[in-house]
Amino acid sequence: MDSNNLMQFADAVASGAVRVVDLTFTLSPDFPVIVLPPEFGQAAPVRIQRISQYDAAGPAWYWNNLTFGEHTGTHFDAPIHWFTGKDLPNNSVDTLPVSDMIAPACVIDCSAEAAQDPDFLLTIPVVEAWEKSHGRIPPRHWVLLRTDWSKKGWRDYANLKDDGAHTPGPDAAVMRWLVEERGIIGLGTETIGTDAGQAGHLDPPYPAHHFLHGGGRYGLQCLCNLDQLPPTGAVIVAAPLKIQNGSGSPLRVLALLPVGQA
Amino acid sequence: MIEPIAKPRRKNPLSRTRLPMSPPRARSRASHGFTRAAAEGRFVLQCCGACSTFCYPARDACPSCLSADLVFVDAPRRGMLLSETTLHVPADVYFRERAPWRVGLVAMDCGPKLVAHLHADCEEGRPVTMSFQLDKSGQAVAFAHPERETPNMTDDRQWREMTADPKFRRVLVTNGRSIVGQEVVTALKAAGASIVFVGVAEPWKPFRGEETLRALEGVQIVPLDIGDEKSVADLAADIGGKVDILVNTSEHVRVGGLLDRQGTSVVRDEIDQTYLGFVHLAQAFGPAMRMRGSDGVNSAAAWVNILSVYALANWPVFGAYSASQAASLSLSHCLRAELRPGGVKVVNVFTGPLDTEWFQTVPPPKVAPRMVATSIVSALKRGLEDVFVGDVAEDIRQRLAANPKALERELGS
Repeated sequence: MDSNNLMQFADAVASGAVRVVDLTFTLSPDFPVIVLPPEFGQAAPVRIQRISQYDAAGPAWYWNNLTFGEHTGTHFDAPIHWFTGKDLPNNSVDTLPVSDMIAPACVIDCSAEAAQDPDFLLTIPVVEAWEKSHGRIPPRHWVLLRTDWSKKGWRDYANLKDDGAHTPGPDAAVMRWLVEERGIIGLGTETIGTDAGQAGHLDPPYPAHHFLHGGGRYGLQCLCNLDQLPPTGAVIVAAPLKIQNGSGSPLRVLALLPVGQA
Repeated sequence: MIEPIAKPRRKNPLSRTRLPMSPPRARSRASHGFTRAAAEGRFVLQCCGACSTFCYPARDACPSCLSADLVFVDAPRRGMLLSETTLHVPADVYFRERAPWRVGLVAMDCGPKLVAHLHADCEEGRPVTMSFQLDKSGQAVAFAHPERETPNMTDDRQWREMTADPKFRRVLVTNGRSIVGQEVVTALKAAGASIVFVGVAEPWKPFRGEETLRALEGVQIVPLDIGDEKSVADLAADIGGKVDILVNTSEHVRVGGLLDRQGTSVVRDEIDQTYLGFVHLAQAFGPAMRMRGSDGVNSAAAWVNILSVYALANWPVFGAYSASQAASLSLSHCLRAELRPGGVKVVNVFTGPLDTEWFQTVPPPKVAPRMVATSIVSALKRGLEDVFVGDVAEDIRQRLAANPKALERELGS
């Protein structure tokens, strides 16, 4: 690539000709985290502990100690997160190829369906219908599932009932198909996981985790502002923290899009 | 007869809050025999092992036969009020602020004479029932009650100085998600608490009993995750100045000790939710409570911890949990000392295994959550400091006192 093009890109970002949309929730203690049955180990919630704030513990400076699990807030799932991806090379956040951290996205809008049915499942026919309008999903693209779930209050967002969470996600067939037939780089969702709330009852259970990570692909979850993205044409910047042998990490997810296309 | 106390009016924001003062504190080491009994609500006197004479005040030798074999034993509570004195202008600042103050001389049926604080319905020449109470400086004092119940007797001004009665007080119950928390809320409302703030962590998670809790009159649900320093500080910023009684109902019970657990995340959760949660609460709410110890009818009065009796002796089946409880017990003694200048009591309620899901596999006897709640209210009304609820808690206490090493072996077998 001509270095002039890269400079033009930088100028375009600075001038606003390329718009940058933040797809990230604020990392805070209030944000819901995945809930497992209590006999399993739990993700540590986000904790922000003040070290000093221009006070006796540090008169001129403000800083905090942070604790959180790898899978809290808007976060990235690496292949090593799931048993299907445990033996793949470069499967953790510190070893995955950095070039994978910048990739285009196809945004499939299922917000109407999800509003009708919290257990809405993305299927192959739904994606095929999307492809009729927007073209075949190219390889190494993110598929972002827009449900507008990120606009809900926390209780409706987690939507926990006595039989588990009820949130939308992909079915098993479409996950296998997206990975094997379309070669996507990963799936991004607005919900707490890449899988549907009831995905433990699908075959295989948690198919997004199963097929994405088994295929060396990635997950992004707890995204917001997907409604500001065009169906195609946005480029996603998603660089997880370089945690040693990390299975995932909270991160800042940015979408770049040409102005006028949103 | 006593006029019932009225619900306190809102404070005049132009008036300075009266700072807490303590009644005289000095006691001999022997006198702490009374402190120990008062903390548990028992009435004891020294009795001579040689000649069986009861004596008072505490001393090192029998006044009758000079034997050194003086033991504190449970003693009959009945006596006669020989004389009474009303102090109008006491020299001590604490009593001066509370004058007129009545004291009297009580002749016990079992022999000795006691100088005692008097309930307003005690009459000269009439029988009285005695107790030892912890006063605002945490020391045992003798208190005379009328022999029979009288109208509004718990509203007595001098008696309320000795207790932390929830009536017209505002209470924070830190965890309303648990059955224990919900029972405590109900019991406190029934005891006349004017408002009960109920902490709910992670409000996006539904919980059993939520609708009933939300529907209760005079109950206000507040966001509170005691494991999160900021959550606790935020709540204290809102309501810290009107928490008169704090009941820490947070519980985090997990089975297991050391070797059969993998990793430390469960231990860490236990420490976060138990010990650190306690630290967060104390740092956020403690200073205002200590400062408000004399703030009228609804002064800050008590801090209640619910502790496992296995804080006293580790039960390896719940070994790591026991350790987190022991840490909290130690911390409670620190808090007790630090709140004492405010006259705020720290009440430790020790229980055996509760009849809740986390002790499902433990055989009975188990303590019903309602029993914990009624014990807490009773302890507040009686001004107690150490309470053992249920048979297991009492059993562990007695075995510990008899032979700590034997108890260690027995719990570990």
